[in-house]
Amino acid sequence: MVTIITIYSLLGVGLVASLIRSREKTKKAFKIAGKALLKTAPSLLTVLGIVGLTLGILTSETISKLVGAESGFTATIFAAVIGAITLIPSLVAFPLAGSLLRSGATVMTISAFVTTLVMVGVVTAPMEIKSLGKKFTLLRNGLGFIAALVIAGIMGVLL
Amino acid sequence: MMNILKKFRFPILIAFVFIGLAIWIPDTAARSSQVTWDYFKEMALIMPAVFILMGLMEIWVPKDKIQKWLGSGSGIKGAAISVALGTLPTGPLYVAFPMTGSLIRKGASVTNMVIFLGSWAALKIPQLMVEIKFLGVSFTLLRFSLTLVALLLVGLLMETILRKNPDKIWLENVSEEMEEKNPGKIKM
Repeated sequence: MVTIITIYSLLGVGLVASLIRSREKTKKAFKIAGKALLKTAPSLLTVLGIVGLTLGILTSETISKLVGAESGFTATIFAAVIGAITLIPSLVAFPLAGSLLRSGATVMTISAFVTTLVMVGVVTAPMEIKSLGKKFTLLRNGLGFIAALVIAGIMGVLL
Repeated sequence: MMNILKKFRFPILIAFVFIGLAIWIPDTAARSSQVTWDYFKEMALIMPAVFILMGLMEIWVPKDKIQKWLGSGSGIKGAAISVALGTLPTGPLYVAFPMTGSLIRKGASVTNMVIFLGSWAALKIPQLMVEIKFLGVSFTLLRFSLTLVALLLVGLLMETILRKNPDKIWLENVSEEMEEKNPGKIKM
């Protein structure tokens, strides 16, 4: 809801300012937008499908079972991979992480999960590639994954 | 026709996976379809606005300003602007990709854009509130600061790598788009 309000108020302000300055250029902006949207449409649909499939298969209960069944280092790698693949809204992810922590998962495992969840987006990669290129996407997600593991290690030692 | 099929090969493939699931594991299929439908509604509402904003940015935001504020010479100030822009409550990460593409075309540095995307995904203020509630203040603060350092390092590393081996295919696609926008100017 906040998202929608923020984006549409930005758009409203931008559009009014643009229309006042030049109708011609505003039209051009719409043309660019339409073209870009059409170009991105296939990857948008792909992302939608993959998000549905991963969240349908990896429900909160399944994740708890998977992460809870393992312990130590294996659990941390598991959590990192699940976090990297899924796109869970933070309102669902943080309560899940909290309950995993209370049911005995280590800080390292939970921080690996949370950090890869927010830093690495495997399912949104098709869209990222369309907008930013293959190399950028692979590097950002790959290095992000490694960074997340390092962060998890440090947090496990410090907390 | 073949062209359209080729463009939509992944969505079509996924549709088949859904059909397969519906036959063999109907429970999972139902859950997956529900999630996809929810996200579809959200995207249908958000994405057109995002792309129009991107179009307005392409037209109005001057290149030299972006280079000055977010380019490779912008230093700590550029990084700080990137973090500040990223932490605003503006929704899921896929909203940021088209914007980031536009900013890079206008001369923003790779480092700053990695920081921007990273803060957008990992350091959102409303999200931090939820994190504090469920995982505690010390966990959240430590993750916040470590993530910030990591983003800076990843960004600098990526800038170095991409400067040595730029993404040729992407750059070509972009220059093609630019030509389309100025018909007659560079037409052969």
